[in-house]
Amino acid sequence: MKFTFGWLKEHLDTKATLGEVTDALTALGLELEAIHDRAAELEGFVVAEITQVSPHPDADKLKVCLVDNGTKEVQVVCGADNARAGLTGVFAPVGSHIPGTGLDLKKARIRGVESSGMMCSALELELGDDHSGIIELETDAPLGSPAADALGLGDPVIDIAVTPNRGDCLGVHGIARDLAAAGLGVLKPLMPASVKGGYESPVGISLDFTPETSAACPHFIGRTIRGVKNVESPAWLKEKLLAVGLRPISALVDISNYFTLDRCRPLHVFDADAIAGNLVVRLSAAGESLAALDGEHYTLGDGVCVIADDDGVLSLGGVMGGASTACGQGTVNVLVEAALFDPIRTAATGRRLGIESDARFRFERGIDPASTEPGMEAATRLILEICGGEASALVVAGAAPEPGLGLTFAVGDVARLGGLEVTEDRAKEILDALGFQARPDSGGLRVTVPSWRRDVACAADLVEEILRVEGYAKIPALPLSRPTALPKPVATTAQRRAGFARRSLAARGLVETVTYSFIGQDQARLFGGGGDDLRLENPISSALTDLRPSILPALIAAAGRNADRGFADLGLFEVGPVFADATPGGQALVAAGIRAGNVSPRHWGGAARPADAFDAKADATAVLAQCGVPVAALKTSAEAPAWYHPGRAGSLRLGPKTVLCTFGEIHPGVLSAMDVDGPVVGFEVMLANLPAPRAKAGKARPVLAPAPFQAVTRDFAFVVDSGVEAEALVRAVKGADKGLIADAQVFDVYAGVGIGKGQVSLAVAVTLQPTAATLTDSEIEAVSDKIVAAANKATGARLRV
Amino acid sequence: MADLETPEKLTVDLLAEIAGVSDLASLEAVRIRALGQNGVVTRLMKGLAALPPEERKAQGQANNAVKRAVSQAIETRKGALDAAALEARLAEERIDVTLPVRPEATGFIHPISQTMDELMAIFGEMGFTVAEGPDVEDDFHNFTALNIPEDHPARQMHDTFYLPSDGAGTAKLLRTHTSPVQIRTMMSTPPPYRIIAPGRTYRCDSDITHTPMFHQIEGLVIDKATHMGHLKGCLEDFCRAYFEVDDLPLRFRPSYFPFTEPSCEVDIGCARAGGELRIGAGDDWLEILGAGMVHPNVLVNCGLDPGVWQGFAFGLGIERVAMLKYGIPDLRTFFESDIRWLSHYGFAALDQPSLVGGLAR
Repeated sequence: MKFTFGWLKEHLDTKATLGEVTDALTALGLELEAIHDRAAELEGFVVAEITQVSPHPDADKLKVCLVDNGTKEVQVVCGADNARAGLTGVFAPVGSHIPGTGLDLKKARIRGVESSGMMCSALELELGDDHSGIIELETDAPLGSPAADALGLGDPVIDIAVTPNRGDCLGVHGIARDLAAAGLGVLKPLMPASVKGGYESPVGISLDFTPETSAACPHFIGRTIRGVKNVESPAWLKEKLLAVGLRPISALVDISNYFTLDRCRPLHVFDADAIAGNLVVRLSAAGESLAALDGEHYTLGDGVCVIADDDGVLSLGGVMGGASTACGQGTVNVLVEAALFDPIRTAATGRRLGIESDARFRFERGIDPASTEPGMEAATRLILEICGGEASALVVAGAAPEPGLGLTFAVGDVARLGGLEVTEDRAKEILDALGFQARPDSGGLRVTVPSWRRDVACAADLVEEILRVEGYAKIPALPLSRPTALPKPVATTAQRRAGFARRSLAARGLVETVTYSFIGQDQARLFGGGGDDLRLENPISSALTDLRPSILPALIAAAGRNADRGFADLGLFEVGPVFADATPGGQALVAAGIRAGNVSPRHWGGAARPADAFDAKADATAVLAQCGVPVAALKTSAEAPAWYHPGRAGSLRLGPKTVLCTFGEIHPGVLSAMDVDGPVVGFEVMLANLPAPRAKAGKARPVLAPAPFQAVTRDFAFVVDSGVEAEALVRAVKGADKGLIADAQVFDVYAGVGIGKGQVSLAVAVTLQPTAATLTDSEIEAVSDKIVAAANKATGARLRV
Repeated sequence: MADLETPEKLTVDLLAEIAGVSDLASLEAVRIRALGQNGVVTRLMKGLAALPPEERKAQGQANNAVKRAVSQAIETRKGALDAAALEARLAEERIDVTLPVRPEATGFIHPISQTMDELMAIFGEMGFTVAEGPDVEDDFHNFTALNIPEDHPARQMHDTFYLPSDGAGTAKLLRTHTSPVQIRTMMSTPPPYRIIAPGRTYRCDSDITHTPMFHQIEGLVIDKATHMGHLKGCLEDFCRAYFEVDDLPLRFRPSYFPFTEPSCEVDIGCARAGGELRIGAGDDWLEILGAGMVHPNVLVNCGLDPGVWQGFAFGLGIERVAMLKYGIPDLRTFFESDIRWLSHYGFAALDQPSLVGGLAR
């Protein structure tokens, strides 16, 4: 909302400075966005006259001017064609900052002739694009007086942000009322301006609604004014509109814009001669259409509040008028409209048709229902004053809704909710100044809410009114009390695990990223998603349509983009949600990561090593271990979802069903569909599936009981069929003598010369840990036999000979 | 020949020979020639048996002296040669220590995660617990319960992403703020409440300063006494701790949110000089969060009596405070997964923030 300081003073009798006013606006909740103070910008720029012009001795296009700046004559070299003796323009002295060019003006010699200052063009003054010549003022202002005043720019423009609840401050008068309440001056009342109509309006007006739809337009006042001259607006009106960025059009249009801005009372003026018959205010039927004032042709759905005549729709109520009844230069007879339109319907119409207008902006926030008739009368008076003509009596359809919500207000609520003590007298004073009528009552204050404050409906609203006028700054800040001296741990297991996952993966050299929760449909389908229930109805782009079934596609795509920039070797991870369906239970937290390119790059000590499935398995296992999962007890399965390489991926499970993680090489087909070079390996840890930590009585660890006897390591080279899983062999080995075998690890895998076709050699190091006595050779031999037998029984393994 | 030599002469000869050898192999040859089974000293000792008993003692002592002197000389010489050999080997083993070590990838924590951890560290100290809610919400939790009825202009301002309605006809949407977690918390557990709810939020808006997904943290304090003064104190303490500026000025301005009344926006002081932004006392203000006393309608919607229960709520944008604290210029870059950006603005894995240990390194 823009207005000028001078405009504000037409409603507020104040001695406050601009700074005091803008500070107060922000403190009241009418946040200052900007002050555009042209007078301050053009300080030092003065009205000056060129008294003499002579040719430049060394340049054909330049002139040497003598300029009277009110105090003395200075010499200025000027290139403008229109520079001539007797021209009054704007002089910028040496040292000025030229707003249009951003340059600081220095004393200069131009082709050998001294130049002390400049006569400015419109462009240099930031008044337009015209740089063809210097600006020419038609003014009586004395030489040396401020140029901003002579240009009509003396009045600073204030721009404030008005919150959606304060429709009443979308007019200068409402803003002045708030400032007056805050002690910045006295609100000047709006003068009653009743105009007696000399005849009955020839255009009748009726409301055509059902009881259910009557809120669309409960009150509509019209008046004919005949014999007007739609002249150019007077300077005061044009300057106001220009200052806030509106282009003056004609008196009738400008007057309705002026009332919109001045007192938040949108009006509409029809060319009465273009109206066929009477006006009816009603809801549109689907298919009706209107050529609107903005030059667009709108086809309406049903339910739009329209003003129509015998021939059809003339105007969209509260949103925009129509071209057919627009007032032009030749308009002679007009019908002025002041009406009340429903905020919700107005907003819906504007949104559906994509029309932004000053009227819509105000009606959808709620116009003062009591302003209809006073607005009409004041507008009539101004039209008669500027355009002449003869006003009819008012045509009134409907009535203003019942005013005045009454609230009982306990003043103690200000302290209870607001933390600030105020007396009842002070509370009453503030409320009265804001237009509420407050009178002492048994329960505190009996408060009548003014018609323009639709937003105030309960005691908490009144608390805010009193607090914001007193100033939030006055509320003493109190520390939040703590129930206990020391804070208690607050993170849940799931929250702690997400943190463990993040920091353990980062410690392993993976870089955390955060990607959008939605991905393209193609990618969602590649990763098991793409269901209709998770597709956005209004996506922002075709690449962000589906809630993701997996984090991997975004990571893989990111790896591709980084590779395109020359960073092909990287590890990325994200801890975030994935979605199986649209219910709250369908969302699950997953830690997913990828490694692309080489895990270790080329180095003088060895060759580069590309990422493989075991890197992904290691990453996933590290997360599980950090989260307290007994990793050794997990079963690896070669089953993995379809987006992994079918022979180079697997999953870790707890029990037969619960999948804790999947890992492996990404399927080359998936990579090629995503246009990313492979190989890429990845993993997904389903944090929600991890078993809850076992409840323990305390934090004490079991006592460490290191075996007093030396452990013995024996190596076994087994030959198995190549389909046999190493984990099955190791499990069989470990199970051969659980009391003695502390560990078994595969340390070599070999197939080739010396090993039969379709077979593989797996070498296992077994650690034997005696607890009673040092092992004898025969004991070792006995357990070795058991190991070989167990391996053979479980997997068909034989010792390699 | 040696038989003819006296022990004295033998000693002198052998010692000279030992002193003359230049490597361990030659020294070993001398040792064998002198002290080996057929060595000259050994034979000398063996010859003792052939001597008359009266000579044996003196001769024996002399022989022993020879053996001792020679053995000692060999040991000493061996030590010297060993040391020289080691020195020579080590000289051979020189490596170029300026060569680079085996490469190890360095991981980083994303600024959003790090900032969330910082916020949790601060609010945790103030006794807040962390609450969570789903990203896919319904109209009721995201709007209606928060005093934003259907057709309220604020619904349009939220630029909501919608999903197809479920079987029961309930409109599904992506939460536009973390405030629905307030509703879920109040509807599922008894008061009082002191929670924060960090998480993803979504609005269908995308330009230089908006991304379709961003992160917020919601705060809610409900008990029987908390008022605007506590709101001010809590947020002052928070802002000063987070930005690590003890005298950071705050400005509370009246504002409007449908779910709070009275409402405010909070600005922190800053100074802009030479194109640089400094958080702290200065001549300008930066808006960083919205807050207010929870609207009585919201309490009623959650089954609480606003005559008994009261308190405040606040919400702030995580990316925004991260950008301000760490000087990150562009919101969109948070979600681009550019490894250069992640490595530059990311945080070390072990950099777990705490108020005691320090928030930011």
